[in-house]
Amino acid sequence: MRHPRSTLLAGLAAASALTLAACSGGGGDSGGDDTPDGPVDLRMTVWTASEDHLELFNDIADTYIADHPDEVSSVTFETVPFDDYTTTLTTQIAGGNAPDLAWIFESNGPEFVASGALMDLGPTFEATSGYDLEDVDPATLELWQSDGGLYAYPFSNSPFVMFVNTDRVSESGQDNPADLLADGEWTYDAARDISAGSVDELGGAGLVVRDFDYQIWSNLATVWGGWDAEPWSADGSTCEFGSQEMIDALSWYHDAVFEDGAIPGPGTSADFFAGDTTMTITQISRASSLDGSFEWDIVPLPAGPAGQQNVVGQAGLGVLANSEHPEAAANFLAYFTNPENSESLALYFPPPRTSLLNPETLAEGNPLFSQDQLQTVVDSITGATTKPAHPNFAQLDTAVRSALDPLWTADADAASVAPAVCTDIESLLQG
Amino acid sequence: MTTATTAPSGRRPGRPEGQRRPERQRQSTWRRRDAATGYAFVAPAVIGAIAFVVGPLIAVAWYSLHEWNVLANTFTFVGADNYQAMLDDPALHDSLLASLWFSLGVVVLNLTLSLGLAILLNQKLPGTTFFRVLFFSPVVVSLVAWTIVWGFLLQADNGINAFLSTLGITGPNWLRGSVTAMISVIVVQVFKNVGLNMILFLAALQGVPEEIQEAARLDGAGALRRFWSVVLPMISPTVLLVAILTVVGSLETFALIDVLTDGGPGTSTTVLVFYLYRQAFEFNQFGYASAISVLLFVIVLVLTLLQWQTRKKWVFHEA
Repeated sequence: MRHPRSTLLAGLAAASALTLAACSGGGGDSGGDDTPDGPVDLRMTVWTASEDHLELFNDIADTYIADHPDEVSSVTFETVPFDDYTTTLTTQIAGGNAPDLAWIFESNGPEFVASGALMDLGPTFEATSGYDLEDVDPATLELWQSDGGLYAYPFSNSPFVMFVNTDRVSESGQDNPADLLADGEWTYDAARDISAGSVDELGGAGLVVRDFDYQIWSNLATVWGGWDAEPWSADGSTCEFGSQEMIDALSWYHDAVFEDGAIPGPGTSADFFAGDTTMTITQISRASSLDGSFEWDIVPLPAGPAGQQNVVGQAGLGVLANSEHPEAAANFLAYFTNPENSESLALYFPPPRTSLLNPETLAEGNPLFSQDQLQTVVDSITGATTKPAHPNFAQLDTAVRSALDPLWTADADAASVAPAVCTDIESLLQG
Repeated sequence: MTTATTAPSGRRPGRPEGQRRPERQRQSTWRRRDAATGYAFVAPAVIGAIAFVVGPLIAVAWYSLHEWNVLANTFTFVGADNYQAMLDDPALHDSLLASLWFSLGVVVLNLTLSLGLAILLNQKLPGTTFFRVLFFSPVVVSLVAWTIVWGFLLQADNGINAFLSTLGITGPNWLRGSVTAMISVIVVQVFKNVGLNMILFLAALQGVPEEIQEAARLDGAGALRRFWSVVLPMISPTVLLVAILTVVGSLETFALIDVLTDGGPGTSTTVLVFYLYRQAFEFNQFGYASAISVLLFVIVLVLTLLQWQTRKKWVFHEA
């Protein structure tokens, strides 16, 4: 007879092995059945929780399901909180629970593309009648292309603009940015002076680069573009933090914070939409936070010494290579982003299709903006660069933030801090 | 001389062989049933421990021998490469140092403060119940909510600094300096949990027999001598428990760092668990993160065993 203790140990070992097997999500799971027997259920992760957005997505999905009952039985749009979006997405992939389709931040785009996590959508788009990929601005696709393949559709190209609290500007007797723009004098120096002057007069805060908060440094791309600075070379292999342009841009920002008082310092909270901040650099989607308690306007990003540079934040939509139904997901994506549905999506997401980039298309989804302001939005997308991105962005993001931290003290010198960033990230840039 | 038959151990002597066998079989059957019933009772706990403790531990050790990139869907056996990489990773060394300072600060401050508060609140004074509740209340508050509130209090121009400015003192930018950020996270962590340790010490203090203290007093021992030579030895088992719990807890602190400093400024508050999290869930290096998990497990195990082994030298009843 087997001793009970032996039985228990054997059971423990077996259970451990089973647990190990259950926990083991690594490798070998290379996507699902391309030719399922019946209609499939699709799941798309998104970071919006807006009921209007989700209603539109569901309307598009319902129409698709009605037209393709043999291919797709349901599409679920799963909202994942913005702050933890990519972490949650990768955890789902690690756990063998990858969604079929996912929104992807532009900063993570190259990593997802280079790793093979996404399916090439090019053949599906080409095979989709009337898709008209030529209508999509080629510049918006660059981030999502590799070796002739297209791995996501950049459905949102939201430009960064300057929101101005015109009440604070007039009350403090400062020049109106719109007037300066008309006179060709809308520069970062002018924005700094207006901000500092308004703070001196009214208190509160001057200029806020929204969401930077001395941590998410990639948002500073909206500033250093005016100096023609960039964090690394276009091919991502060489650090550019030590360039004179970057040093000058960071010096300007540092001095605006610690000498001029134009920008709130680290550890200070300021929210433009609360009404006590003179201007803020952010995307137009933030306009939904305006409650009418003060007069406001938008103007393009100011010009720096090297001119004016528009910047957009992109969001891509891709099909996960690990999806159980990649073909069905790709076909749905092609429908979701075809010219007709793109026009609907343009209500909320500035589109990459040139035929839709006009104030009239954007007007319905952005009722707070005047026609002139929407023209500013459209102009701000034209020729824009995207925020920094790299195949190794996650590690670079942390390393750059840590290396830039010493700059955010009053006696710091950008000329010594910025080149030191390169020391920390050079190996990460090489991959 | 009479020869007696000695019955083997466990057998009743003096019964015919034919009657003994069924008796043994019955006993054996009862023992098996008893054992089966016992195993049935412990089975849920054992299965739970296997599924949620032993299994993941083995899995993590297995993962640590692989390079697992979730996005690239690669899972390659690399042997001890991840452990070799740990030796050459300066960021890991920084995080170990940050963990050392953090744990040291938390353990020393927490034990000192909780014991001091327990001694104070063990006195028969008016208002002690109120203060016991006051100091214990942070324990039942959500950690994230607690940390967010402290985030506001530690801002450059609000909270504590606003109060200091009314006294004409310019406070530091607490969360932006390497040293002040570390001090801040230690203090926030200690204030969150000091009430629990205080209650444990309070219970231990109330278990110290009054007559022993009275005897020491009659022998001429002063308050300090009575505490050092009588009270502290008597509560030393609780000191051991609290020390082990606090050391382990400090090494596993994550949410506080994530919400309050995000590991910064620089890497000054990137403790080991936070570094592990980054490697796994931000950098998608699950194999390397698993190796760090194994390192953390070994550190916690060694520290706990050290405390357990040294207990004979200083814990009452353990010598």
